[in-house]
Parts: sequence; C-alpha cells; structure tokens
Amino acid sequence: MSFTRTLINGEEGLFKADTLTPMQKLTLRFVVVGLIYFGFVVIEGMLMRLYEVKPLPFITEPQFFAILTAHPLVGIFGSTYSIVCGAFLFLVPFLMKKPLWSIKLGNWTFILIAGGTFVFWFSGFVSHYAPLYTLYWPLPADFTQFSVWGGTFFILGIALVMVGTALFIINVFKTITYTPEGWEKQPSGALLASALGITGFNNLFRKKKKEHLVPLPVAAVARGSVDMALNTLTILFTGVLILVYMVGSILGYYLKETAIDALLYKNWFWWGLDLIADGLVLIFVAGTWYLLAMLITNKPLFMQNIARAALLLELIVSWTVWSHHLLSDQAQPDVLKVISGEMVTAFELITQGLAFFITLATLWSARPLKMTNPLKFLLGGLLGFALAVPAGIMQADVGLNRILHNTQWVVGPHVHVAILVGLTMTLYAAIYILFPILTNGAKIYSQKLANVHFWCHLLGGIGMGAFMGMAGLNGMLRRSPYVNGEFNAYMILAALCGTLIMIGFLAFFYNIVMSVGLKGVLGIFTPSKLKTKDLVPAA
Amino acid sequence: MVDSTMVLTGQTIAYTIYCIVIILLVAWFAWRVTGKGSNSAVKPALFYTFVGFLTVLGVSLHIVTYNTIPWSKVDLNRSDYVPDKTFTITVKNHQFILPSGEMIINVHDKVLFDVKSEDLTYGFGLFRTDNSMLFQMQVVPGHRNDVIWQFDKPGVYTIRSTEYSGPRGADMVVRDAVRVVPADEAN
Repeated sequence: MSFTRTLINGEEGLFKADTLTPMQKLTLRFVVVGLIYFGFVVIEGMLMRLYEVKPLPFITEPQFFAILTAHPLVGIFGSTYSIVCGAFLFLVPFLMKKPLWSIKLGNWTFILIAGGTFVFWFSGFVSHYAPLYTLYWPLPADFTQFSVWGGTFFILGIALVMVGTALFIINVFKTITYTPEGWEKQPSGALLASALGITGFNNLFRKKKKEHLVPLPVAAVARGSVDMALNTLTILFTGVLILVYMVGSILGYYLKETAIDALLYKNWFWWGLDLIADGLVLIFVAGTWYLLAMLITNKPLFMQNIARAALLLELIVSWTVWSHHLLSDQAQPDVLKVISGEMVTAFELITQGLAFFITLATLWSARPLKMTNPLKFLLGGLLGFALAVPAGIMQADVGLNRILHNTQWVVGPHVHVAILVGLTMTLYAAIYILFPILTNGAKIYSQKLANVHFWCHLLGGIGMGAFMGMAGLNGMLRRSPYVNGEFNAYMILAALCGTLIMIGFLAFFYNIVMSVGLKGVLGIFTPSKLKTKDLVPAA
Repeated sequence: MVDSTMVLTGQTIAYTIYCIVIILLVAWFAWRVTGKGSNSAVKPALFYTFVGFLTVLGVSLHIVTYNTIPWSKVDLNRSDYVPDKTFTITVKNHQFILPSGEMIINVHDKVLFDVKSEDLTYGFGLFRTDNSMLFQMQVVPGHRNDVIWQFDKPGVYTIRSTEYSGPRGADMVVRDAVRVVPADEAN
C-alpha cells in the first residue's frame, strides 16, 4: 500500500469509521481530544523549559506564568480526564455486560470537558490570567495583577469541565445500578453496595460471605468516582466564590478579601484538589492495572479480596491526607501536620505498594508472556509510580519538607514522574489494549514506531524527573525563572529529556493516524450510522 | 550539627540507590516474565511479608527523620524555645520590609523569623550564595508565620519568596540580606 493511500485510508484500509457504534465513536473522540490536549501540554512544557534556560523573546513574563497556570490544568482536565472518562464510559458497561445508561450524557461530558478546557486555556492565553492551579487566596481575586474578565472566563471554563465531570459520575453510577430495557429487575442497592465496597466490608463480619456483584475494575471506577464527585463539588464551590468577587469587581463593588480566611481556604481547597492527586488518580490507576493484568494474562487477579479492601482503604486515606501540602504553613495545627500530613500519607506507600505487588504477581502467574505493547507500557506505568510515590512520601515529612517544599524536587521526581511515566504510560497501555476493540480490528501501522514511543517516553520521563530533582535538591524553586542561568545545566538536560518525550509522542500520534487514516480520524467525529446502544457492532 | 546540605546529601544517596534497585527489579521482572519458564503462583507469605515491610518503612521514615533532622523537633515545639534573636519582617505589595539595620546573627544562635503578610500568600526562604536552600516557610496573610533556625556556620544568605504570588512576585529577592558571623565578630 502506498504511503498516501495509508495516510488517507489507514493501515491496510482496515479501519472503517462507518462501522463504528455510537459508543465506539464517543470513546474514540475522547481519546483523540485527550491526545491533542496532551500535545498542547508537551509544547507548553517545552516552552517553559526553554524559557527557564533562557527567556524567549516571543514569551513575556506574564505569558510565561499564564502557561504555568494552564499547563497542569490542560494536562489533568483536557488530556487525562478526557482519556479516562472516554475509557471508563466504555469499560464500565463493557465489564457490566450492559449498555451505557445514557450516551447523550456521555456526549455532553465530552463537549463540556473538551470545550471547557479550551475556554480556560484560551482565556489564559489571551488575558494572561495566572493565579496557578493552587489559587491561593486572595491571588485569584487580585485584580491589580490580573484581568477580571480574563479571570471570569477562565473560571467559567473550569466550571464547564466540572459540570461535564459531574455528568460522567452520574452516568457511571447509573450504568452500574440501572436495569436495561427488557432485562430482569437489577438489584440496584446491592450493586451499589458492591461497587462502593460496603459488601466487602460487611463480609468481614459475616460467616456466609456475599458474592461481589461488580467486577473489581468497576469497583475501582466507582470508588474513584466518589473522590471525583467530592473534588468536583470543592472546585465548583471555590469557583463560585471567586466568581462572586469577579462579578462584584465588574459591577464596581469592592469585596474585602479578608472576609475569607486564607489558611482555612487553603485547607478546604487542598482537601478537594488532593482528591485528584492522592485519590481518584491512585484508585483509577490501581483499577486499570488490575484490569490490564487480567486482560493480558486472562487469569483472575492475585489476592482479589485484599485488592478490593485496599481500594476501599485508599478511598478513605484519600480524604485525610491533604495536610501534607501544608507542612510549610506554620499556622497549620501540628496535629494535622503529623497525623494527616505524615502518618496517613505514609499509608499511600502501602496501598500503592499493594497494587504494584498484586499486578506483578498476577502477571507472574501467567508466564511466559509475550512482550506486547500493553504489557510493556503497563510495566512502564508500574515503574513510574514505584519511583514517584516514595519521592512523595519523603517530601511529606515535617523535617524534609522544610528544605524541599516548592522546589523542583516536588514537581520533578514526584509529580512529573507520577503523571508522565506512571499515569500516562498506564493510559497508553489501556489505549493499546482497547485499540482493536474500539476500531473493530484495525492494525497498528508500525511496531517500530510503537517501540520508539515506549523508549522515548520512558527514558524522557524518568530523565526529566531526575534532572528536575537534582535542580531541586540544589535549591531551584518550581515557579521561579532564574534569568541568570543559575540552574542551566539541569534545565538543559531536562529539556533534552522533554525533547525525547515529544519525539515519542509524535511517533505515537503519527502511528495512530497512519493506523486509522485521515479519513478515519475525521470519520470518528461524524454521527454513527448504527442506531444501537451496543458497545461494539453485533457479530 | 547536621545541616540541610547534609540531610539532602543523605536523601540523594538513599533515593538514588532506591531508584537503581527498583529500575533493575522491574527490568528483571520484564525479562523473566517473558522468558522461558512455567507459570507459578506467588505465595501469599511473600505478599504479607511485603506488606509488613512497607508498613515498617512508612512508619520508620518519620521516626528516623524526627530523631535525626535537628530542626524537626524545634519546628513542632517552637513555643518551648527561647530564641537568641528575633527578626520581624513584613511582606506587602510584593516587597519584603526588613528590620532597620543589618540582619546579623551569631554562629550557633537560635533565631526566630516572624514574617507577616499584609496582602497575598508569599513564601520566605533563606538561600546560600550557591543558590541552595537553607530553609523556607509559607507566609499566609492573617496568620502568624514563624520559624526558628539555628545557624551553625558563618555565611551570607539571600531572602527569596518561595511561593508564587503572581508575575510581580518573580523579583522578590533580597540578595545578601542575612549575615552569620562568628560570635566574637558580632555585637
């Protein structure tokens, strides 16, 4: 097949968008948009890295901080939330063996997350609204530094994403509990109890154990969605609070910033924000590892009951660890610093360690395995969290936090390695394993490109985290440009690693486009010709 | 006394060794799980041993740091210490308003830095001349932000805001603001 023909029709012309069900199209739209936003994040990351080496003539300082603000939000909401929501809206009904409760709601989730991300990214790009994702009070309402209109659209964009997220959560729980048309009445209460871990908990005290009605990966999605719901409420409430100040300013009323206690606000906001980083991400990732391990080996999960209990423990732990973000706040009560910030946070070493061990043990039980793309990316994801979680536990210590807080250490070996290597490689593993199911048997264009993607991403991600970490240990702060080149050696090396990640991403994107063809990519965004609620076309 | 450079060196060594071990472990696993051999179940005893190991590790980290990092105890019990010197600093409109006169400290003195913000959330950090960090804390408006630090070596330190407070905060650096001198040189 010629290059042009493959570019237009995909590898061997196997991918035909008009054979896709509405559910397949919905999921693929989420994935495509998530990958495009990941491209945004990679470019933004590279621009910031270059700026940190030498300020770029085409980026002003306010623009730099606007990118710094948008970068993690686009990464989390535009990219990760898109891919995760798309994958789970497909996998939950797939594993429950029934249709999604509402495809319409799924479409709205897609529109709101994709559209909301664009709104906040664009308003930040135009107005340079830059209070960072942390939004420490009263910075988001500091209109001597930021445009009130830019801020209003920025917060509205975030609110749209949150509404989309809320619709996703409703769809997940309704899909688990509802009775499809023509089915025998489903025990919705028992299904919900199984999904949330209540059945498993009660089993501890029963002689006759009740069976789990919900597969383990679905239980992980449900429990992660609880954190997602709490986090959505927190962000929405905070957004409304900030909007009140913005609307007041637009109407010419000055509202006193001191009406809100900055430390209480910081506790509240970190409690909600941390439900993403230390809640739903860890729970969703553990669930995805378990699912991948079971699909790769075709065997039951090792220590399944312990895995379920650990997911429940992780959920409870995630509600009580926020204070590790406030270890450098001297007004924060010591009891919160020690119990929530240090002790409960250390539990994450145990819960994530369990998930790591259980996944490896399940894979081991089926050896010898073939080194497929899902397996190699899964191992990359496991390694990413094995590196990043202990780095996080170290900084969640009263003594060490005094010399690590807000340095490049926090954002390098912990945040970037967790997200880029741990989370993203897990998502890539899921994309590779779902690819034939979602495309009705399309083939990956080039295994060599898939290998380039894997090695560039793995080495680039770990390398970037390592050099940022070295800069942090030598005192480099995470949000301060060093215009005199104080840390150039580390930043140049980190930029080279970032380039590797970009090469890997381009190899992957090109590989996927060549696999499904440009016609196929466009076809994903046209309405499905199949009028069915089935997930995949009937055989 | 153990200073922050030594603590960070220890951390670097420990974390680097851990990284090498875990990378080699995953590489070994990837090699073995795809290599020749029959499937075999992992024994639950190994699993429970691993859980026990993680528990000991998680708990012992904080016990070890509390007993080896000198400022940990001071930090959590600040009210029990009487500082040799106190500096009161105000931060307002992206400016550090320092005490009048030079900030000179005797070696071995315990110094209280009491920093107050009158508008935004800032950070307060002391940095050595090679840009490495001595310590830092957050400066939250409407609350007391204080840290006690014992200086064991003579040196000159730069004050820098360690928290983002908008684009105007990028220049919140006061070079060579604090001087630590041998006791016989000080007043």
